[in-house]
Order: sequence, then structure tokens, then C-alpha cells
Amino acid sequence: MADRRYTKTHEWVTVDGKHATVGITDFAQSQLGDVVFLELPSAGRKLAARETFGVIESVKAASDLYAPVAGRITEVNEKLASKPELINSDPYGDGWILKVELVGELPSDLLDEADYKKVTEAAAG
Amino acid sequence: MVDFGGWEMPQQYSSIRDEHFAVRRVAGLFDVSHMGRFPIVGESSLDFLQGVVTNDLSKLGEGEAQYNLLCNDAGGIIDDLVVYRDREGFFVVVNASNREKDLAWFRARAPADVEVHDFTFQQSLIAFQGPRAEALLPSQGLDDLPYFGLRRTKVADVQAIVSRTGYTGEDGFEIFVAAEKVGAVWDAILERGKSAGVLPAGLGARDATRLEAALRLWGNDMDETVNPYEAGLGWTVKLDKGNFVGREALQKVKADGPRRQLIGLRMQPGDIARHGAAVSAGGRRVGVITSGTHSFFLGYPIALAMVEARSLQRGDRAVVEVRRREAPAEIVKLPFYRGSARSISEKKESRHG
Repeated sequence: MADRRYTKTHEWVTVDGKHATVGITDFAQSQLGDVVFLELPSAGRKLAARETFGVIESVKAASDLYAPVAGRITEVNEKLASKPELINSDPYGDGWILKVELVGELPSDLLDEADYKKVTEAAAG
Repeated sequence: MVDFGGWEMPQQYSSIRDEHFAVRRVAGLFDVSHMGRFPIVGESSLDFLQGVVTNDLSKLGEGEAQYNLLCNDAGGIIDDLVVYRDREGFFVVVNASNREKDLAWFRARAPADVEVHDFTFQQSLIAFQGPRAEALLPSQGLDDLPYFGLRRTKVADVQAIVSRTGYTGEDGFEIFVAAEKVGAVWDAILERGKSAGVLPAGLGARDATRLEAALRLWGNDMDETVNPYEAGLGWTVKLDKGNFVGREALQKVKADGPRRQLIGLRMQPGDIARHGAAVSAGGRRVGVITSGTHSFFLGYPIALAMVEARSLQRGDRAVVEVRRREAPAEIVKLPFYRGSARSISEKKESRHG
């Protein structure tokens, strides 16, 4: 998807006007393994870019989640509470995590598909 | 793939969850070739082994295996291992991470007429584990093989040593075959079991199933600073069998009572207690998590903790540090889950009276 942008910490974001959708990448889910739980904030919370907004627990480890953009959370994917495995099975679709109303400009360090691929190739060694 | 004791091994083949359920409901196939395998050969092998391991091998007949510990002079656990007695003699299976250490320990103590070989790279080891393992293994006549029994037979037309042992709490087999033949045996087992739901299972499913069955993992739940009584493995220590390494220290531990104990914790959904996390009760730190995971099969996270003796009893509440906060835990009975292996061990125990 051309308009999907990425962070070095393996979150993705798509932007439609002032509204953004946030999740973790396919590479991230494959590295984490089976996701068992997400600790997520409530709608209404304001996020700064790169702020920790939650924790994802897989069978292997607990990992922090970082906001790729600044804004106010309008919606949290409630399905993840009972079906955290959606992160594994459909990370870019039903496994989305947050919807955010954007504040200010998009951070300049978001990566495009090609640059993110380089990050994952380096990480995979 | 992850590094495990110097071996590159898959955490999962498909999904840890699916592999875990396959082991509990049908059967899963594990490659455990990373574990060290040492034939112990020579006239006085029995006496030699009796002097280094904690359990009593004098009653171990041909075709029988026994869970054992290797302890140091202070009674600390160097490794846990299974000793097998075959018509050709003894062999042991040890943890991958301890293979070289154990080999050196054995060789340094072996008398002149005993040789300790390392077969780890010539011979492979796979484990077929689950309630339907016996029905689905491409082999014959294993229905009368007792729990912790072994015999030479063919699996998928390949000569093998098959033992009714495992690390999942389920019924099942560990299959020793020549390394150059293991691929064919592996493929044949999967092919035969495919329609029944057999899956190859990786380290993730292995860790989850062994933890549900409360089988200790060396390096997590015990190490050289932990003695068998603390690890809840006092039943493997036979102080009256004659002298062995660590006996004097272990006799004292038993007389004084262990200072720590391994307990089981049930956690709330999402609170996965990780190795090293602090365990507290009544506002006081009493111990540390040694193993923890989310049990897909039970539907909640489980953990083992090493805590001060008598600080926590079954039914008590404790708190565990999870994600920089205090998560509630309940002390529960071990094992967390009894798989199909129980019925076989009971059958054997009743037969032995």
C-alpha cells in the first residue's frame, strides 16, 4: 500500500485527511510470535509522536508500542481484547490497534515502504 | 529460528498455539536432537553411574529408563538427565546447554574401564507426544511398552530405539535414530498423522507444554545454586543407595529442610510473569519467577517461582512484577495440567504394587 508509512519501531500508520489508523507491521508480528494480550489506552487520550501508548504481550516477550503520529485517540480496536491473534493473522487489516485524530504535521522520520524494508532486512540479519 | 544452546531451532513451525493444541489433543512431533546423548560403556558402568547421579539405578532393568540429577559436591544441580538401560548398556540424555560440561564431568570421574562417548552428532532424537501418539506412530507392538520403558524396534521401517518418555505431560515416545535416517522417519510420522491433525512442534510449544506439566527446565527453574529439594525433585535423591557426588550436602539439606521451594502461580489474563520477576507477599519480597508463559490450552498465564520455604501455601495470594506494576497471582497445585502420561504411569505403579 503506497500510503502506508512505518516507524523504526515497527508500527505502521495510514492517513486519511486528519484521521490516522495505527497498527504493528507484519514483520513485527512475525518476530513477536503468537500475541496473547494488549495493554491499550482509552479513547480520548492525547499522544505525542514516539510516546509509549501500550504494551503487546506475545508468548516470547512484552514489547512497548510507540505512537507513530501525534494526536488524540478516537477509537481503540475492541476486538483485540478477545482476539489478540488478529495482530498475527491480519496485521494491516482487522488487527489495527488505534484510530487517531491528528494534531500538527506528520513526523518527518516516518519511513516509506522501501526504507522500512531496509530496516527489517537489517534487523533480520 | 532461535539460538538454543548453540543449535539453531524453530520457535514455531506454524503457530505456537496450534502446535500446543495438537500436542494436547492429537500429537505433535518435536526435533530434540540438540539434547546430548552419551553411551556409557564398560564393565563398571553401573557402579560409576550410581556414584554420580542421585537416583538409584540398581533396580533399573534392561529396557528401562529413569529420571535423574547430576549434582555437585554442594548438592547443587549440574543438570537433569534421563538414564536409559539397553541390552548394550547405559546411555544418558542431557540438556543441550550442558552437553560439554556434563561430558567433562562424567569423563573426569569415570574409572579406567568406563568410556563415555558422545553420540549427539551421529544419532538424532525426535519426540512424538500426545494422547494419540501410540495409535499414530508408524510402528508396531508398542502398546505394552510401559511408561519409562524402551526397546529396539522399527519406526517407519527404520531401526530405532523407542522410549515411552517425554517432556510434555502427554503419552508419547522419544525415538533415537541414525542421523542420516531421521529425515525419512520425521516425514513418515508427519505424513501418517497429517489427516488426524499431527503437527511438527517447535520450542514455543515445547516450553508451554512442559510448563503446564510443571516439568523443570534447567537454567530457568534450577541450576547449580539450587538443590533438588528446593526444586521439588527430592524424590529423585536416594540417600540410602550408597555414596554419590553431593550425598553429604544433600543429607544435610534434607535434615534441615530446604530454604526455598518451587511453587506454581496462576495469573490473570494478560499478566505474563517473566523469568526473573519479583514475587512478593504481605509487602515483602519472597522470591522470583523462574518460568512463565501464557497457556493457550488453559486460557490463562501460568508461572513457576522459587520462593522462601513456607512463605506461600496453595490458595494464598501473591503479587508479581509484570510490566513495571504489581499483578495479582494465586498459588495453585502442580502440575497445572495432567496430560495423558498419567494413566500410563499409574498403570505401571499399580503393577509394581
